[in-house]
Amino acid sequence: MNRNIMKLGVVLVVLYVALFAKLNWIQVVDKNSLDSNPLNTAQVRRDFNRPRGTILTADGTVIAQSVANPDTSSEFKRMRVYPEGELFGQTTGYFSFRYGSSGLERQYNDELSGSTFDQQVKGFGDLFVARENVGNVSISLRKDVQETARSQLGNREGSVVVLDPRTGAILGSWSWPSYDPNTVSSLDKTIAATSWKFLNAAPGVPMRAHFYQDRYFPGSTFKVVTSGVGLQTAKVTNTEPVYPYVNGYTPEGTNKPIMNFGGETCGGTLPEILRVSCNSSFAQMGAETIGAVDMVAGAGSFGFNATVPIDMPEPVKSVFPTNLGNNQAKLAMSSIGQNDVQATPLQMAMVAGAVANGGVIMKPHVLFEVRNVQGDVVSSYAPSKWLTPMSSASAATLFDDMVGVVKGGTATGMAIQGCTVGGKTGTAQLGTDPPKSHTWIMGFAGPPGKPPTVAVAVVVLNQSGGSEATGGRVAAPIAKAVLQTALAAQGGC
Amino acid sequence: MTVVIVCAAYVLASLGSDSRIPANIIPFLIAVIALFMGAHFAVRKLAPGADPILLPTVTLLNGLGYVVIAGLNEKLAAAQATWTAIAILGFVLTLWWVKRPRDLERYRYTFALVGIGLLLLPLVPGLGYDAGSGSKIWVKLGPINFQPGEVAKVALAIFFAAYLADQRELIATSQWKIGPLRLPHPKYLGPVLIAWGITLLVMFYQKDLGSSLLFFGLFLVMIWVATQRTSFLVIGGGLFAAGAVFAWRTLDHVKVRVDIWLDPWKTPSGNGYQIIQGMFAMSFGGLTGTGLGRGGDTRIPAAENDFIFAVIAEELGLVGGSLIIIAYLLVIGSGLRIAADTDQVFDKLLATGFTLLLGLQAFIIVAGVLRLLPLTGVALPFISYGGSSLVMNYVILALLLRISDQTSKRAINRAAAEVAA
Repeated sequence: MNRNIMKLGVVLVVLYVALFAKLNWIQVVDKNSLDSNPLNTAQVRRDFNRPRGTILTADGTVIAQSVANPDTSSEFKRMRVYPEGELFGQTTGYFSFRYGSSGLERQYNDELSGSTFDQQVKGFGDLFVARENVGNVSISLRKDVQETARSQLGNREGSVVVLDPRTGAILGSWSWPSYDPNTVSSLDKTIAATSWKFLNAAPGVPMRAHFYQDRYFPGSTFKVVTSGVGLQTAKVTNTEPVYPYVNGYTPEGTNKPIMNFGGETCGGTLPEILRVSCNSSFAQMGAETIGAVDMVAGAGSFGFNATVPIDMPEPVKSVFPTNLGNNQAKLAMSSIGQNDVQATPLQMAMVAGAVANGGVIMKPHVLFEVRNVQGDVVSSYAPSKWLTPMSSASAATLFDDMVGVVKGGTATGMAIQGCTVGGKTGTAQLGTDPPKSHTWIMGFAGPPGKPPTVAVAVVVLNQSGGSEATGGRVAAPIAKAVLQTALAAQGGC
Repeated sequence: MTVVIVCAAYVLASLGSDSRIPANIIPFLIAVIALFMGAHFAVRKLAPGADPILLPTVTLLNGLGYVVIAGLNEKLAAAQATWTAIAILGFVLTLWWVKRPRDLERYRYTFALVGIGLLLLPLVPGLGYDAGSGSKIWVKLGPINFQPGEVAKVALAIFFAAYLADQRELIATSQWKIGPLRLPHPKYLGPVLIAWGITLLVMFYQKDLGSSLLFFGLFLVMIWVATQRTSFLVIGGGLFAAGAVFAWRTLDHVKVRVDIWLDPWKTPSGNGYQIIQGMFAMSFGGLTGTGLGRGGDTRIPAAENDFIFAVIAEELGLVGGSLIIIAYLLVIGSGLRIAADTDQVFDKLLATGFTLLLGLQAFIIVAGVLRLLPLTGVALPFISYGGSSLVMNYVILALLLRISDQTSKRAINRAAAEVAA
């Protein structure tokens, strides 16, 4: 019998070795694919029951915090609440045990939960003290700027981005439709699931942070990029070339002219054509004066076709076509922001920022600093350069030209008493029957004689009408109001 | 030594879940030390020659299980602590009461009746109920709820051992030739068929797949060890396979189990939910785990019971999971050595049966959690939450130690006799 007992032992050992092998498979070999499975909420669930820091705006408003769950019988001791609801929904993102996290909740998860290396090391002495080792994250966005943008945009679909061109700090980023992250982050499974389903099916994709995760035809605002590339390559100055006064421009290799708005006749030097947003001149500038190679490289130097180094998850690239070849028609259309050119509202705000900041684009960011529970600063954001598309001389020229557009061009609606304001409108036509367009405005403002302190971009989608005046009429008042709020916070002009 | 490990683990687990040292650490420490020291001294006093590995290993498993349960649910932990105390009392009483395992042999038919009776008890209308797991394996007698199947396992193992110790020669030498096949005589196939019938009954009416697999495996292996005839394994295996295929075809709950085993991702939030969450938890644990008390996996259904292995593997990682596997191998090794060492046939079969009960049961549930086998809900011996199972496993442990003690006593006596001669 002992022989069979031995055999039994061997069989059992083999069975247990199989267990060991399978355990290895799950915990080591297959770990990555299991951990990254979208159904896996292990990470966020663990974070859910741990203390988590607060997210605060630059003007001290709490926009995300963890509070004790009033339902003490729940498996979750804490719940995440967003006191400002939809106002900062796309910024904070959601923090859901069911759907993971997004926005700043995802970007600064380690800081909020106190698990960065710095925080761990500093918290080591607290091992036996009941103290929450979390980080409170302060961001550069302001509640007053957000509220101005929200009331100005109203229920029109669109985005508003305001940033400080000197540091890249984003002061406001409002998009409509937005959403209230309290719903998706609810501990109630039914509420979370229903709102998740609703928000994913809702028109306008409310959960996407449109200002950097959606791109649109930039229309005439792109002419600032074309101008910048022309100035920087020294192919264009304020006096040369003088573009012909025509009502349309017909690129080589086609007989279909690019018409000016309403068939108007325009032309002249850079300040003049920028002021009236002359299609024929800028189409010719891109296609003939600058040329494909410099246009593609120049657009790239402004941040097109590159991933924006913003400290928020999953930004989309703004795009400028690189497959131009000898297609002059496509190059001409692209040079006025049509064809395959698409830009995020953030991108256009950065273009305005480059002009305002002596040709330098700072890395856009929303983090200001992280503090621990005792109030000590754990880490703070240090501004850094991203791109330098223009020399300070080129930027200064373009600065003056854009101020001219506000003084006596299409963007007069943006003018602020006592401030130096520059801008550029845009109307990206989507169709002619009935005429519909994305209306844009971008620009900067600051105290007279000093570098501007605020840059802005506004896009209002699907507006009826297609004339260049549309951008000025629809978008300019919004830009003006948010610029005023942001400037007031900085102490005015 | 293991007591120290368990206490340290308890403190760590509390730190992990509440980041404070538990206020009740002193009473807990005293209780743990008292319980396991009590068990230890009972062994030293009542069975001084017993195997020295089993009790510490089981203490570790039991203590670790308690710590993990405490991290999941404090109310269950309190109940589990009470059950541990009762189980250790049962352990000491068994050691004290059963002086010679052979005393049990005499009551074989009593055990058989009790075993079958208990097994079928949940089928009695008004007594049996389903505690929500889909298996009707619970019995409510006044204020007491228990799983009679746990007791039945032990009773039946004793009966099998006694029956086979008696009949094994006859069964082994009987011949029934069909053509080239040499089968045991049909007369002796009877018990196999009865065991098979009981197994199917349990599977069909109580929907308790794990237990039915365990019973049948137990009986087959015991008859194989007793008679050394592989044909029993073949016939039995064939019968089981036929029963299993039939069950898979006809029984919805069996089909569901097999389907989620083959592909749980088809129904990630339905039937496959539990096993997928278990795999997520284990993979999240990785190599070294998230730390005791930091599993927080209240999302795995039956985390404190069937799926406790997944929680351990999450909190202690591959290291902890492997430790559990090694601990069970130690138990199996010790148990089988006890079986091999004794020269009493009944003791030998009983020790084999008990070891198999523990080893096979642990394998069935861990393999289910790891998706190596279809998941069948049985408790992880000594670790899972549950009173009936814990008490009966300690009874098994006591009997194993008793057999081991008897063997070494006889060896000493024999040596003494030789010296005297």
